[in-house]
Amino acid sequence: MISIIDYKAGNLKSVERALKKLGFPCCITHKNEEILSSQRIIFPGVGAAGQAIEDLRHFGLDKVLRQAFETGKPILGICLGAQIILDKSKENGAQCLGLISGEVKLFPSPLFSEDNERLKIPHMGWNSVHLIREHPVMEGINPADEFYFVHSYYPVPASDKCVIGTTGYGIEFPSIIGHKNLIAMQFHPEKSGTPGLKILKNFCTWNGHYVE
Amino acid sequence: MLSKRIIPCLDVRDGKTTKGIKFKENVDIGDPVEMAGFYYKEGADEIVFYDITASSEKRNIMINVVRRVAEEIFIPFSVGGGIRNIEDMRAVLLAGAEKVSVNTAAVDYPELISEGAKAFGSQCIVLGMDVKKVAPTQSTPSGYEVVTHGGRTFTGIDALAWAKKAEDSGAGEICLNSIDADGAQQGYEIALTSLISGNVNIPVIASGGAGNINHIYDVLKYAEADAALIASIIHYGTYTIRQIKYELHSRGIKVRNTW
Repeated sequence: MISIIDYKAGNLKSVERALKKLGFPCCITHKNEEILSSQRIIFPGVGAAGQAIEDLRHFGLDKVLRQAFETGKPILGICLGAQIILDKSKENGAQCLGLISGEVKLFPSPLFSEDNERLKIPHMGWNSVHLIREHPVMEGINPADEFYFVHSYYPVPASDKCVIGTTGYGIEFPSIIGHKNLIAMQFHPEKSGTPGLKILKNFCTWNGHYVE
Repeated sequence: MLSKRIIPCLDVRDGKTTKGIKFKENVDIGDPVEMAGFYYKEGADEIVFYDITASSEKRNIMINVVRRVAEEIFIPFSVGGGIRNIEDMRAVLLAGAEKVSVNTAAVDYPELISEGAKAFGSQCIVLGMDVKKVAPTQSTPSGYEVVTHGGRTFTGIDALAWAKKAEDSGAGEICLNSIDADGAQQGYEIALTSLISGNVNIPVIASGGAGNINHIYDVLKYAEADAALIASIIHYGTYTIRQIKYELHSRGIKVRNTW
């Protein structure tokens, strides 16, 4: 069983539907014992960091996530779930979970492309990922594949070793980060067509081992 | 680098995709779930549904369509038409849509945008704008006026001011439809698209007027549009999405490679 963590943030059902399509049993839950007894965890999220952290703590999920991380359970963070695993966020000045050391930053404004075109914030739409490290969850993903993003903040791990992939939008920012049994992506694999489903499928069969 | 999005638009009435032909009744052209599935496989970057069902009793038919679409396609899609309040938004989002689009209801009650953004996040809230070119006046200095009811009702609201207000209220995106260009297949209204997109910091989807690939190229290249809405030219098989995206790509427009 795969737990999709429910803390009232974001479109959890789309993650559930994607897993169902792929044939992996899953449940949307905030029950601590259910999450800790599942084989793997998906940690999605849309919204603001401050509120999300508050809601997580309200359900005791901050401790559950830490415990699951320390026991080696494979964890997938998506979007806001790829941000609040760091130490802190510039958004609402929120103190976050600190599973990976680093902080969450806001895109600089104004932002311009290489061709000096003004770029809008949020970064919304399809963009590619430059994989700078191999990771089992990214197996079979091609450089031409694109993924659906919608965000104004992005994760910056303290150690470059935790950056698995980057994306260009005025600046080159970390779009996939990982540490031990935790992998997280700023884009939405559940909304990114075939390559997105491929990532979810890889995660659902990943044993949590990753040599940094 | 971010790709420009190509977005098919499906008008849905009583659970069927339909297309209005000038001065004639709408004709049903297919099952929206099947069509969405087909366009998804063809490389659509997103899909827009407009519910044009007349009676409110039949609204639940659309919710069922949304639910079935959500099981078949794994790209974002939005639903508009008849979204009057937060509860309508919630029903559509819970059924699996990524975004909801509000148009007339936001004109009647602008707080709907901020209330929606607060409840579900800005990324969910699309402002649909129908716009007509008018002589610039004190209330419409941009020379473009927001209209409703397919262009029959003038609101007295300036299009540019409305777009900026929506952005400030928390809209995450604007779908900008030119009533003058809509259905004519003579090209998007470049000046209008450029005016709005150049003056807001949220993405703008250009709508109305696509008749060939040149039109799509022009609006993406010269009008700062972030995405182009297309309907007739793919529904009737004039082009496939694959063809459109490949042609745009070969002419230097960055689109998601799905061919």
